[in-house]
Amino acid sequence: MNYVLSIVTLAGINMIAVLGLSIFTGFTGLFSFGHAALVGIGAYASAILTYYYFVPFPIALVAGMAASALVSLVIGIPTLRARLRSDYFAIAILGFGEALRVILENLEITNGARGLPGIEPFTTLPIVAGCLAVSVWVASNFLRSRYGAACIAVREDPVAAEMAGINLFRTRLLSLVVSAAFCGLSGGLLAHFLSFIQPVMFTLVQSTALLAAVIAGGMGSITGPLIASFIFIAMPEALRVAQMWRLVAYGLVLVLIMLFRPQGLMGYQELTTFFRRSRNDRPAA
Amino acid sequence: MFLQTVVTGLSIGGIYALMAVGYSLVFSVLSFSNFAHGAVIMLGAYIGLGLVTKLHFGLGLVVSGAMAGAGLIAIVNEKLAYSLLRKRKAPSLYIMISAMGCAVFLENMVYATIGSRFYAFPAFFKQSVLCLFNGTCNIALLDLFAFGISILAILGLHLFLIHTRTGIAIRAGVSDMTMCSLMGVNLDRLISIVFFLAGIFGGAAGVFLGIKYLVYPTMGWVTNKAYIAAVIGGLGSLPGALLGGLILGVLETFVSTYVSSVMRDVFSFGLLIALLVWRPNGLFGRDTGEKV
Repeated sequence: MNYVLSIVTLAGINMIAVLGLSIFTGFTGLFSFGHAALVGIGAYASAILTYYYFVPFPIALVAGMAASALVSLVIGIPTLRARLRSDYFAIAILGFGEALRVILENLEITNGARGLPGIEPFTTLPIVAGCLAVSVWVASNFLRSRYGAACIAVREDPVAAEMAGINLFRTRLLSLVVSAAFCGLSGGLLAHFLSFIQPVMFTLVQSTALLAAVIAGGMGSITGPLIASFIFIAMPEALRVAQMWRLVAYGLVLVLIMLFRPQGLMGYQELTTFFRRSRNDRPAA
Repeated sequence: MFLQTVVTGLSIGGIYALMAVGYSLVFSVLSFSNFAHGAVIMLGAYIGLGLVTKLHFGLGLVVSGAMAGAGLIAIVNEKLAYSLLRKRKAPSLYIMISAMGCAVFLENMVYATIGSRFYAFPAFFKQSVLCLFNGTCNIALLDLFAFGISILAILGLHLFLIHTRTGIAIRAGVSDMTMCSLMGVNLDRLISIVFFLAGIFGGAAGVFLGIKYLVYPTMGWVTNKAYIAAVIGGLGSLPGALLGGLILGVLETFVSTYVSSVMRDVFSFGLLIALLVWRPNGLFGRDTGEKV
C-alpha cells in the first residue's frame, strides 16, 4: 500500500509541473525543451533553504517558486523580446536548461554532480493533493482571466492578437513566469519527497517527458495533460517496465500523436465539458 | 600553445561542420529543425562500429558503409515520421516534435537493445602525429584526415547542388516547393534525396566522432553543438554551416584551454542564445520568418 501511495504522490508532483508547462505550451503555444531545469531550480532553491538554513517547509516551497520564476525571466526576457521562431525558442530554452544543469553541477552549495542527500522528507500525499488542487484552481482561474484569454489569443494567431492590442512579449513572458512558478512548486515538493536531488534528474529527457504529457494530453486542455501525466507515471510502474523502455515509449507516443492525433487525448476540451454536455443532452422532463 | 589550440579547434570544427550540413540541408527544404539528425549520426557510428568489429572492414569501407546506412535510415525516418505531416501541411512545429520523438525513440532503443556500454573503434592511425613548426604544434593524422574529408565532402556537395539536375531541383525546392512540383519535380523523391544526403554526411561524422571519442547511445548529444554551428552560420546555408562549425570548434577549444573545460558547454549555449537574439538568421541565413 505504501508503494502505491508513493507512486500516487510522485504522479501528483509531476502533474503540477505538467500543469505549468501546459499553460505555456498548451495555452500560449510556445514549446519548451527546458522546463525540467526550472523544476530543478525550484527543487534546489527550496532544498538548500531547508537543508542549510532550516527555513520552514511552506516558506521554502514559496521561495522555490519565486526562484524558478526569476530564473525564467533571465531566459524569457531576451528571447521573447527578440520574437524568435518557435523552434529557435525551443532550442534556446533547451540550451538554457542544459547550461543551468552544468552550473548546478559545479556549484559548491548544490554539492555538485553528487547531489544533495538527506533532505527532510516533508512532502506527504495530503500536502501534494492540496498543492495540486490549489494549482488547478489557480491555473483555471488564470486561464479564464483577461491574461489567460490573451494567452489563448496569442496561441491562435499572434498577428491577429497583436492587432487586437495584445502585447505579445508581455503575454508570453507572463505565461512563462506563471508556468515556471508551477514547475518550481513541483520541484520543491519533489526534493522533499525523494529527500535526494541530483542535477541529472533535471535534464532534457525529463523536459521531453513533461512535453510528451502535455502533447499527449492535448493542447489547450488542463485535464487532458493531467490524465496523460498520471498515465505516464502510473503505467510503467504498474507494468514494472524498465526506465529505458519507458523512454522508448515516450518517443514513440510523441511521433504517433503528431502523425495521427495532433490534438491529443482531450484537445481543447476539459473533462467537465463532457459532463455538462451529457446533462444538456438529456430530454426535458 | 596558441597555434595548437587553433589546430585542435579546427579539427573539431570540421566534424561539427559535417554534422551541421545535415541540419542545414533539411532546414533549407522543409524549414524545420530536424532533431532526429543526432540519432541518425549515432546510428551511423554504430553501423561503422559493427562493420569494423564484426566484418573487419578497412577504414574506407567502414566510412562508406556507415554513410550508406545512415543515409537509408534518414530516408526511412522521413517516410515514417514526417511525410504524413508534410503532406497534411502541418505546422513545422509538429514535424519538429515528431523529430524530437524520433530522437528519443532511437536513442533509447539503442540503449535498451545494444546497451549503454561505451565502445571504442580500433586504432586506425596508431597515434601517428604530424609535427609542425619545430614541434610547437602537433596534428593527429586522424584529425587531418577527418578535416580533409569534411572539407572535401562539403565542397563536393556544393558542386553537386550547383551543377547537377538534382542539385538544381533541390535549390528550386528551397525557394518554392509548390512551384518546383508544378515544374515536374517529384517532391517525394526530392525530399528523400535531401534526407539521404543529410544522412550520409551524418554517417561520416558519426564514424569520425566514434574514432575520435567513443561510441555510446547518447553521443548524438554532441550534435546539439552541430545544431548551434548551423544556427551560427545561418540554418539553410552551406557555407554558413562550414564556417559556423569551424568558428564554434575554435572558440570552444579556446574556452576550454584558457578558461575552463567545465564552462565550455555553458559558453556554447550562451553563444547560441546571444546569437539568436542578436541575429536570428545567423551569419549567412536567409530571412525565413514563420509564415502565418
